[in-house]
Amino acid sequence: MSTIIIYTILTLSIIGILSAIILYFVAQKFKVYEDPRIDQVEAALPGANCGGCGFAGCRAFAETCVSRGELSDLFCPVGGNDCMGGVADILGIVAEKKDPKVAVVRCNGTCEHRPKTNVFDGAVSCAIAASLYSGDTGCQYGCLGCGDCVVACDFDAIHMNPVTGLPEVDDEKCVACGACVKACPKTLIELRKKAPKDRKIYVACRNMDKGAVARKSCSVACIGCSKCEKECKYDAITIANNLAFIDSDKCKLCRKCVSVCPTNAIAELNFPPRKIAVAEEVAPETGKIKPESSEN
Amino acid sequence: MLKSFKIGGVHPAENKLSAQKAIEVLALPKSVFIPVGQHIGAPAEVVVQKGDKVKVGQLIAKSSGFVSANIHSSVSGTVKKIESGPDTSGYPKTGIYIDVEDDLWDEQIDRSTELKTSVTLDAAAILAKIQDAGIVGLGGATFPTHVKLVPPKGMKAEVLLINGVECEPYLTSDHRMMLEHGAELIVGVQLLMKVLNVAKAAIGIENNKPDAIKKMNSLLTGNNGISVVPLKVKYPQGGEKQLIKAVTGREVPSGALPISVGAVVTNIATTFAVYEAVQKNKPLFERVVTVTGKTVKNPSNFRVRIGTTISELIDAAGGLPENCGKIINGGPMMGKAFANTGIPVTKGTSGIVMMPDGEAKRKEVMPCIRCSRCVSVCPMGLEPYLLMTVSEQEIWDRAERECVMDCIECGSCSFTCPANRPLLDYIRLGKGKVGAIIRNRKN
Amino acid sequence: MSKLFTISPSPHVHSDESVNKIMYSVILALAPAFVWSVVMFGLYSVRVTLLAVAACMAFEFLIQKYILRTKPQIADGSAALTGVLLAFNVPSSIPSWMLIAGALVAIGIAKMPYGGLGNNPFNPALVGRVFMLISFPVQMTSWPAVNASGVDAVTTATPLAILKEGVKNGQPVVEIFKNLPTNADLFLGNMSGSLGEISVLALLIGGIFMLVRKIITWHIPVSVLLSAAVFSGIFWLINPAQYADPIFHLMTGGLILGAFFMATDMVTSPMNPRAQLIFGAGIGILTILIRVWGAYPEGVSFAILIMNAVVPLLNRFVKPKRFGEVKIQSNKG
Repeated sequence: MSTIIIYTILTLSIIGILSAIILYFVAQKFKVYEDPRIDQVEAALPGANCGGCGFAGCRAFAETCVSRGELSDLFCPVGGNDCMGGVADILGIVAEKKDPKVAVVRCNGTCEHRPKTNVFDGAVSCAIAASLYSGDTGCQYGCLGCGDCVVACDFDAIHMNPVTGLPEVDDEKCVACGACVKACPKTLIELRKKAPKDRKIYVACRNMDKGAVARKSCSVACIGCSKCEKECKYDAITIANNLAFIDSDKCKLCRKCVSVCPTNAIAELNFPPRKIAVAEEVAPETGKIKPESSEN
Repeated sequence: MLKSFKIGGVHPAENKLSAQKAIEVLALPKSVFIPVGQHIGAPAEVVVQKGDKVKVGQLIAKSSGFVSANIHSSVSGTVKKIESGPDTSGYPKTGIYIDVEDDLWDEQIDRSTELKTSVTLDAAAILAKIQDAGIVGLGGATFPTHVKLVPPKGMKAEVLLINGVECEPYLTSDHRMMLEHGAELIVGVQLLMKVLNVAKAAIGIENNKPDAIKKMNSLLTGNNGISVVPLKVKYPQGGEKQLIKAVTGREVPSGALPISVGAVVTNIATTFAVYEAVQKNKPLFERVVTVTGKTVKNPSNFRVRIGTTISELIDAAGGLPENCGKIINGGPMMGKAFANTGIPVTKGTSGIVMMPDGEAKRKEVMPCIRCSRCVSVCPMGLEPYLLMTVSEQEIWDRAERECVMDCIECGSCSFTCPANRPLLDYIRLGKGKVGAIIRNRKN
Repeated sequence: MSKLFTISPSPHVHSDESVNKIMYSVILALAPAFVWSVVMFGLYSVRVTLLAVAACMAFEFLIQKYILRTKPQIADGSAALTGVLLAFNVPSSIPSWMLIAGALVAIGIAKMPYGGLGNNPFNPALVGRVFMLISFPVQMTSWPAVNASGVDAVTTATPLAILKEGVKNGQPVVEIFKNLPTNADLFLGNMSGSLGEISVLALLIGGIFMLVRKIITWHIPVSVLLSAAVFSGIFWLINPAQYADPIFHLMTGGLILGAFFMATDMVTSPMNPRAQLIFGAGIGILTILIRVWGAYPEGVSFAILIMNAVVPLLNRFVKPKRFGEVKIQSNKG
């Protein structure tokens, strides 16, 4: 009995040693030189492989960082400045600081604001809905509500609100990788500069129809009246195609534009209630869009 | 054994409710909206202005490219405005609004009903007339006919096929056309044969229209080269590639045009339009539309001016049924649902089918049970279940390798799926994406 | 704008086929075989069948409700079908607890962990059956003697087991056949065996029903039976003294049941006719190989499970005939 065990152990050990030797020589023979910094950079990256940087994955991004030797066009939105600082340290350079960003959904067409004109009954996919029809409401620019952005998000940061039928971004989780921006066939999602306390002011509308047409399909549509443009002291607001746009780099979050908007198309998020408050309270934890009570 | 295509196919309930209803001329509308993009290709350029007086048959928008088509006024009256208006999808499209005054026709048009059989023009002149008349494929694809009739360099048409299959359920406009205008159709076929310089033509008719087969056969005497081919009742027998396979036995190679096997296919309604354009100088400004549905009071076939809103057609057929949940532009297999009833009839509107509430909604989607029915019914020999999966997961290179571009969007897979899966929805999406990728690669 | 019209991509009509209809049609197609089993084994077969169906449905319900926390879908009939097929593959004398264990393996191991209906690579009923065969070989291969009304202590071997035993002992086939049922008995099912496999006639009636209703296509059953017949025929022609004739092979054991009801299981069979023919041929040949040279007298279950494993490969590489196939090769991959 014991001889069997000894022989077994011996045979297996010999096979093991032989394999190890073969492996060693093969590894030597076929060794490919790789910059060790690639591994280091990859280790410094978050490893989410989300593609938010524009490369196939963290490894591809690390290879590009090392081969270029500079980081001007390269940024990992998930890791942010800290992570890029680490990468720069490995490469012995200094990383340019970039403002962190967050995704916002520029549509506030809830069932209340934007009555349905049709019932869409196809596969639950915005891409499919958008390819054949303008949508199930009068607004051809608005959210289709099928949740392609939710599917696209790797970070569980965007969810459909069952009450409004619109997606909502979880600022805590959003890393601004841009997957939802690409997924949205109506280009409703924008990456905006992150402000302190996640405060946000943006035009929650993409309707480029003329004012009357837009208003007819949705009560909170931007009608391109340019009142906000005149009100803004910082040149942050521009009007193009009957649609206002607030540049998040210039906006100082003064909230003046919000009060002048006749259709409540400008959303303010995570601000404390105003002094002249009109009862409506903003709930910061949900990040829900709450326009001022509409008394035009 | 009747001729048919070989791979796949389904047999949806035919529901040809209006087959025995003669074509009626619909009363003139009060106003029309004529979109300038009614065909595949570049939208036509508007050549009239607000306030202009127009006559029936007057050119109001002219072809703006190689693949494009002229558009003529379908009524006489004043141009009210040139603005965007509704189209089937809900997206606004530019078009011409005309208020109807009187019914003055362009003097060039021969309004008599007398049959004109003598073909006096030569091929080039016939082609020019077809082009001027703005004729497009009236089966629904709306591809400009004059482009189709000129084979690309190095290719030669050998046979002309006339598509009288009408394999879509409900639709009967081509069927009625054959019964009521058979003699004109034969002249139309001869005109097309002359343009293409072919000696043979075949009219393919599904076997569920024995009266049409009989009628067309009776008109053949002395017309050399034209034959009537009865075909098995199977959807999509009227698909261009399927029809070619069924009648000639030739298979159009993947990714190629029908002309590569020497075949040119035109539809019955198109052939009739060709007759009218060449022999009667009448541009394409009206067409026959089937208005039907199980709960529709009076399913009918109407001859309608292009630009009439569909609500007028629905009213003429007995009004919108109480329980109508969906209105389809074209047949129920390949048509597109109308967003509302304010949309005009265009050159491609072959039918208006109203579905009752119960049938309008899709049934609950279940997991794929891999029953392989979609594979066995696909007339192109594709694997719809696989194409749907790869489209859903956005694996576009695999979709291309699995021949997603061969899909003819006939809907047999979605029709037959016992789990009610939206196969075609995703395949169509994948086809769009892969098509864009291929175009990018070529550029 | 009082009424909202539905908009949806085409097609706007649907055949009246549904998953439930398919599942219940297959169960209906198994009814003749069930009736025959009641004739042969009496209420024992009712007990086994009901128990297996109930156990499978209960396990599926419990797993969906409490483990996966999804809406239970047992009404779709797939669990019931698994139960019927499992019952048809066991002797009528099987103890209840073994059957329940088999049902648990079928649903809890072979089906639900892969994602439930439509996603399991192996036929759940067969996995359950093979589990029972390996774990409880004695009970799984003791069949009550036919017409031993009320006396289920008497057991007998199946024709295939008798054959295997005989060949092992060096008896010539002709001798062994004297102890075996006649072909007519085999066809009608006047013999012992698992619940649902005994009557070729009853199974054929069900199979033809499924073919007529277009639940299955002819490809798999025909290729299974044909390949089994041809393959065993070759052996028989070489040496009729040592090997049984093809007709015997076709009519005994679970070959007919397997060819019409188990191999054609939609979820675990290939997706196009070409692949289905290869799949069926594989099953037929493997079955005969196991019967002739394997340790077990019967090999249908194993053959089907082995070929189930090949299905993804077949789906990947065997493609249906494309329309206009000629030019496909020129496509860049």
